[in-house]
Amino acid sequence: MKYEVVIGLEVHAQLLTNSKMFCSCSTKYGALPNSNVCPVCTGQPGTLPVLNSKAVEYAVRTALAFNCKVNHQSIFARKNYFYPDLPKGYQISQYDEPLAVQGIISISLSDGAQKSIGVTRVHLEEDAGKNIHDDHGSYVDFNRSGVPLVEIVSEPDMRSPQEAVSYFKKLRSILGCIETSGCNMEEGNLRCDANVSLMLKGSKKFGTKVEIKNLNSFRFLEKALSYEVQRQTELLDAGKTIEQETRLFDSVKGLTKSMRKKEEANDYRYFPEPDLAPLILDENYINKVRSSMPELPDAKKERLTTRYSLSDYDAEVISSDKDLAAYYEDLVSNGLEPKLSSNWIQTEVMRVLNERKQGILEFPISSKSLSELIKLVKEGKINQNTAKDVFNEMLNGGKNADQIVADKGLSQIQDESEIEKIVDQVIASSPEQVQQYKSGKTNLMGHFVGSVMKQSKGKANPQVVNAILKKKLG
Amino acid sequence: MSFDILNSSILALNKALREKKISCRELTELYLKRIKKYKDLNAYISVFEDESLKRAESVDKDGFSENDSVLRGIPVSLKDIFMFKGHKTTCASKMLSDHVSVYNATVTKRLEDKGAIVIGKNNMDEFAMGSSNEHSFYGPVLNPWDTARVAGGSSGGSAVAVSAGLSQISYGTDTGGSVRLPASYTSICALKPTYGRVSRYGVVAFASSLDQPGPMARNVEDLAAAFDAVAGHDEKDSTTSTRQYQSILGHIKNNVDGNEKKFCKKCIGIPRDFLKEGLDPEVLKSFESVVSVLEKAGFSFKDIKLPHAKYALDVYYIINTAEASSNLARYDGIRYGFRSTEFSDLKGLYSSSRSLGFGEEVKRRIALGTFVLSAGYYDAYFIKAAKVRRLIRRDFEEAYKTCDMILLPTAPTTAFKIGEKTSDPMTMYLSDIYTVPVNLASIPSLSFPSEFGSDNMPIGMQLLGRHFDEQTLFEAAWLLQKERPDWFNKVSVK
Repeated sequence: MKYEVVIGLEVHAQLLTNSKMFCSCSTKYGALPNSNVCPVCTGQPGTLPVLNSKAVEYAVRTALAFNCKVNHQSIFARKNYFYPDLPKGYQISQYDEPLAVQGIISISLSDGAQKSIGVTRVHLEEDAGKNIHDDHGSYVDFNRSGVPLVEIVSEPDMRSPQEAVSYFKKLRSILGCIETSGCNMEEGNLRCDANVSLMLKGSKKFGTKVEIKNLNSFRFLEKALSYEVQRQTELLDAGKTIEQETRLFDSVKGLTKSMRKKEEANDYRYFPEPDLAPLILDENYINKVRSSMPELPDAKKERLTTRYSLSDYDAEVISSDKDLAAYYEDLVSNGLEPKLSSNWIQTEVMRVLNERKQGILEFPISSKSLSELIKLVKEGKINQNTAKDVFNEMLNGGKNADQIVADKGLSQIQDESEIEKIVDQVIASSPEQVQQYKSGKTNLMGHFVGSVMKQSKGKANPQVVNAILKKKLG
Repeated sequence: MSFDILNSSILALNKALREKKISCRELTELYLKRIKKYKDLNAYISVFEDESLKRAESVDKDGFSENDSVLRGIPVSLKDIFMFKGHKTTCASKMLSDHVSVYNATVTKRLEDKGAIVIGKNNMDEFAMGSSNEHSFYGPVLNPWDTARVAGGSSGGSAVAVSAGLSQISYGTDTGGSVRLPASYTSICALKPTYGRVSRYGVVAFASSLDQPGPMARNVEDLAAAFDAVAGHDEKDSTTSTRQYQSILGHIKNNVDGNEKKFCKKCIGIPRDFLKEGLDPEVLKSFESVVSVLEKAGFSFKDIKLPHAKYALDVYYIINTAEASSNLARYDGIRYGFRSTEFSDLKGLYSSSRSLGFGEEVKRRIALGTFVLSAGYYDAYFIKAAKVRRLIRRDFEEAYKTCDMILLPTAPTTAFKIGEKTSDPMTMYLSDIYTVPVNLASIPSLSFPSEFGSDNMPIGMQLLGRHFDEQTLFEAAWLLQKERPDWFNKVSVK
């Protein structure tokens, strides 16, 4: 391709405060329409905003997690436009003096290399309500009106839809780690707008950008961007120009559609919000928030690789979710080898989580129980295959590994004389194969082992079986 | 009735109520009767007759205890811009003509908590935009001193209610002179407090960085009592100051009264350069006589300069319109207020509801404000105005290094004729020339009555103070009232 793709993202994340940004209404999701409302968040005449200090703290945490410089003074501004879900006729946001600027986060590329993506700014703003349309008419639900959001704006540093997705994923992993934002995309508490343009390879000058609004899943982001790159490529190849516009992604048809042209763009008439004083945050405050920050995914990954000698890939997967990482470290601290623990997590545990679309906190097997199971394998009490069956059994009920093994008599047969009996039976019942083996067809060993295992209902210790067979068959 | 209610101060009424010389019901009835009698002045948009009498009776029944506020049982009125739960708050606009408050303004709540009786809500310029109180959906307010003349605006109904004895005190709002100008036109006192002294919560916003609720009264001690009742930090308004508020009435009664000489040593600045263009010679003459009264009382005077004050009106009309255009965006016909039936789509709903729901002056200011905030004009207008506003503030800071107060006329002329300036908004805006610098600088100003012009219309003067130093203004006004009691306590109609 002769074009270079340029992508920047604006991500909106809801902050996990109990109350709204400028009033004491609850932020609880799923309440009856217009039950979490008051004169302030419905824009009654004469009401005034009072800033929620928790929202400020969470936004500062967010900014610090993205390595931003937190401004000692930031200004709230009014973004003016008319829409039924916007009760005041303006949104309180931040404009030319945002909460924080100049951040940076690093993402992993497909070849494993790291790339830095600049974070232009992080600012605080309030969410709008929600319009609902049905056959009878249009309605507005103001439950979401005034819910605090952080907007995280990236530099146009991404060069492919895949990079954009991996940036968005990294961002979600960081937000999840610092526990300031709900990262549930279905509830709409993490959304993103993408700016995308093309330029000739080697060019320094960006092409005309198109904004795609309201992408609320990784898949949609990738699809929308890929479609848009394709669309723009075709236009440019045909000698046409790109129009600056805002487009919407149609997830059913998998394409983007024009929403409004540049000329139709709102003039938001930003000006400083006179109802709120400038937000002053001194170094003390910022340091206090900084000192309360948990270990971030990058630092965690670094620690997992050095301390447990995990591969970059394993460390990245485990560190991307702080709860998963905690689960992993529990396994290790219960005395299991780091690599073995990582394998169990990446195979069995992740498989179940993916199937069930659950997080590790909902996983039914505690790290302690899983440790016990893995120890049974290590001590040779059960073999790997039996362990998988026991694992599946554990998923269904509260029983621990020992109980299941005992109840079902799955304990591995260690006793050599007992195994020897079975081996003798197997040898006696297949004289032909024994003959062939002795004449050099040594790959028949697998057949003998399999038969022994089958007769022992999978319980015989495979190593012992091997050893005895070798001895008997000479 | 032997007790002269109309010529009594709140303190005197309080004493009479406590001693049962009058009942709260009698007091309330008197005001309600006068409101009916002088209905044609158009000072009220709504009157709460039955409710007020009921409340008065319960005050009579429950009596008074030691710590009760002096406002207990006192009939007060509110500009129809203050939210009063369960009552209409119209802002004198068709847009809100049916709007019932769903909550109480902090001012309303503080008055109710003190047992004041809110007897009604006053007419005003629509959304507080105007200098004459002619821009009201409910018609103009008439000046009781000459009903062919304007009452001044935008708190014209409040000023007339106090001046004509239709309430003991009233509360207005002052964005560019809106309590002081009508006070001056009707011969009463009014205070524009320091920005941040009185909560704006529940006050329909016009220009948020300038708006400030303020009391209006016939004499200085009533003004102090009215201010005491509502001043001080409010957690619902982040722009209110957290500094401790000290009762001014208490200060006057305990410290000043009888020790006047001690407080007559302060210095008053006069910006002579500012007292030229458009100033009526009779107003200037009255200004000089106020100077000589204060001089005789012991105050010293000093010439000061306010070099940027001449730009105040220009700055004011950029900032107030810009903020208003945003503050009034919420009146969109969606959730409350007037909704036109003439529309076929969302945009039509907005434009039709707003075109029909707002009056001309309001629409003029929304259009102007939208323009000055628009891309390409923002820097040239809004940003420039914000810079000049800082220069004006600095002028005052400089001046207050050498004086404690500044004396200015409240208005350049006496009240003009109804209809005289409605077709020429620019001339109308000039009425605010002496009042708007105060709002731009966020400082306090107390307007008081002085003499009458040859047109038999009242003239008013104002004392401007340092940030949060209303107390010094009240000291001076109190001393002035002692010197010239004939200027105060006037009831304009029998």
